Amino acid sequence: MAGQVAVDVVDVSKRFRLYREKLTSVKDRVLRMGRNPYVDFWALRDVSFTVDEGETVGILGRNGSGKSTLLKCVSGILQPTHGHVAVRGQLAALLELGAGFQPELSGRDNIYLNASLLGLSSKEVERRFDQIVAFAELEQFIDNQVKYYSSGMFVRLGFAVAVNVDPDVLVVDEVLAVGDENFQRKCLARIKQFQEEGRTILFVTHAADLVRQICDRAVVLADSRVLAVGTAGEAISAYHEYLAAIGVAEAELGPSDARPELVQDRPVEITNVALEHTGSGVRPYVEPHDRLTVRIDYEAREAVPGIVFSYAFYFQGGGLIHASDTAILEKTFDAPAGRGQVAFTFPDVPLLEGSYMIHVAISSATGLVYDLREQDAMFEVTNPGRSRGSVDLQPEVEISVATPS
Amino acid sequence: MEVQAAPDPASGGHVPEADEPLATTSLSITSEEKPIRVVAARVGIWQRLRELWAFRELFGFLVRKEVKVKYKNSALGFMWSMLNPAFSLAVFFVLFTYFLPNGIPQFVIYMFSALLVWNLFQTAVLSSTGVIVNNGGIVKKVAFPREILSFAAVGSSSVFFVFQAIVMLIFMFAFWHRPAWAYIWLLVPAIAAVVLFASALSVFFSAVNVYLRDVQHLVEVVMMAWFWAVPGIYPFAGKVHDTLAAHHILWIYFLNPITPPVMTFQRFFYANMHPINTVTHAPFQALATYPMGWYIGADLAVIAISLVLLLGALAVFGRLEGNFAEEL
Repeated sequence: MAGQVAVDVVDVSKRFRLYREKLTSVKDRVLRMGRNPYVDFWALRDVSFTVDEGETVGILGRNGSGKSTLLKCVSGILQPTHGHVAVRGQLAALLELGAGFQPELSGRDNIYLNASLLGLSSKEVERRFDQIVAFAELEQFIDNQVKYYSSGMFVRLGFAVAVNVDPDVLVVDEVLAVGDENFQRKCLARIKQFQEEGRTILFVTHAADLVRQICDRAVVLADSRVLAVGTAGEAISAYHEYLAAIGVAEAELGPSDARPELVQDRPVEITNVALEHTGSGVRPYVEPHDRLTVRIDYEAREAVPGIVFSYAFYFQGGGLIHASDTAILEKTFDAPAGRGQVAFTFPDVPLLEGSYMIHVAISSATGLVYDLREQDAMFEVTNPGRSRGSVDLQPEVEISVATPS
Repeated sequence: MEVQAAPDPASGGHVPEADEPLATTSLSITSEEKPIRVVAARVGIWQRLRELWAFRELFGFLVRKEVKVKYKNSALGFMWSMLNPAFSLAVFFVLFTYFLPNGIPQFVIYMFSALLVWNLFQTAVLSSTGVIVNNGGIVKKVAFPREILSFAAVGSSSVFFVFQAIVMLIFMFAFWHRPAWAYIWLLVPAIAAVVLFASALSVFFSAVNVYLRDVQHLVEVVMMAWFWAVPGIYPFAGKVHDTLAAHHILWIYFLNPITPPVMTFQRFFYANMHPINTVTHAPFQALATYPMGWYIGADLAVIAISLVLLLGALAVFGRLEGNFAEEL
């Protein structure tokens, strides 16, 4: 491992020619005889950086900053106009799940075909076949034609094949972040496992959150160029400075991007976040006016005086609903070394239909953040009643009708 | 952290000229154990061939897929690939024996041995011309040597060629016709020549067709005319040979790389037929009277030319491949 370079991106530039009208036939070409106005668009300009073996590097940037193009250049789907990318070892790019599945073929045939498309030998597939099928939970249907699969089965199979490809370098696009919550968690768990196995991961996203969560370092792309390369924290600050400079509203950043930096060598860690509600064990969703409890388990490596626990309710798409902490609630305490739990109970949650997230954090009295969890507590509210919107304000109604005199 | 200087709009950054030297393998990567792959505007032909070789299993799976999918939802399934040539053989047989006798003895065998080769060539080139466009979904999302798709189209055409050849042999045995077994090994260089030549055209046209979509139709038209440059429907010996030889332009006829393999096939399948005109009952020679060495030489020449063309086609493909994902 010792600092060997796994991916070397050298002065990569990529030009796209945007024609006013695309000529895709000999006939058109002859008719126009070279008179076809176009604009050059550089999706990447002189991008250089290296990724060491075993590192997880995030590529951070807004939409249109060139991150997907960079990813395609690294994985070899697009060739750079100038410069080059050198990749050591086998590379697997997960840009789309189930790309190349043949609807007419059975799940079994598709596993072999897709895996060899991703560069896996049939011997390796044979060895992992049962594992792949079990992962996709498709034991009963593996010999059915894929065209009869539900979309969920399709995606599961694609994912199972993709994560069982055994690459030295894994390239992941944020399209993998689609799917339900359970699926996303599976993806992240698998990425963490790849990290533990010492593989190199290149991860593209526009969510600073994810970069903080899983990346060692990050490259920030802005307007087709490298804006900054650094540790995840450094890169995120640079990204935020850039966003602030060009005046992107905070709301676009997502809920937690404005959070302060985590402390290194944190003395206390969140070990678990759990949700309980009135219907726990009976129904998976929350109903309006349920009682909701957020339990935060923590482990303190040393005594932490003046520890502060905070929580924040967000709409899933972003937007703060409500936040508070033990300091505001005047429940600050001195945590001794060891495990403990803090529970916030909300006796009457007035939220209506929708998906919500609870972020929790532990910080010092001075606002130094020791640990935070941003994806772990999600819940859905299903409203059996008929009122609409996000919050049930429970009005009292008074009607007075003037009687004609 | 190194924060790079903000982009200076005045300088426009470093825009190298189009004719930059070939990308060299990165300086900072020195390990031997793992293969190093370079993605650049121009990648050496050896690296391309190495990658093709690394993905050889994919070729097998793609060919299997093509063959499986083609007859997947039909009642007779796989049998169609045999029935199809069998029916056309039967029709030709009835037509040219009873209704349109043209004097060539066992004309159906003469024609069908040419058609075997021609169909292999034509199906391979036509099906692979559109193969990149038709597989846009994977080309845009998965990184693999895309030439494999063109080769797989040639490969599946070769599978159907084998079915046709089997039908042909069954037909001959049924009518007690004997092929010239002594010449059977000549089929090896002949098939190699057709497959290599078809591969060269396939790789080239599949790439060009991404940019110029009507190339597909153009190829179809050219194929139709090209067929007549091959001695399939008319006998080579006789008028064609004599006229061309009289004007000293017989060599033009052999510029067609499909001609030597076709003639080799006819040499094997047809050489034992009775050389008697079926209409006039005069002695009749349909085949060329070249010695065995001529066939070997001609087929090897086609193989050599095809290999050069194939390398050229791979180079063209490599240049065009860079923008496939955005063109599709």
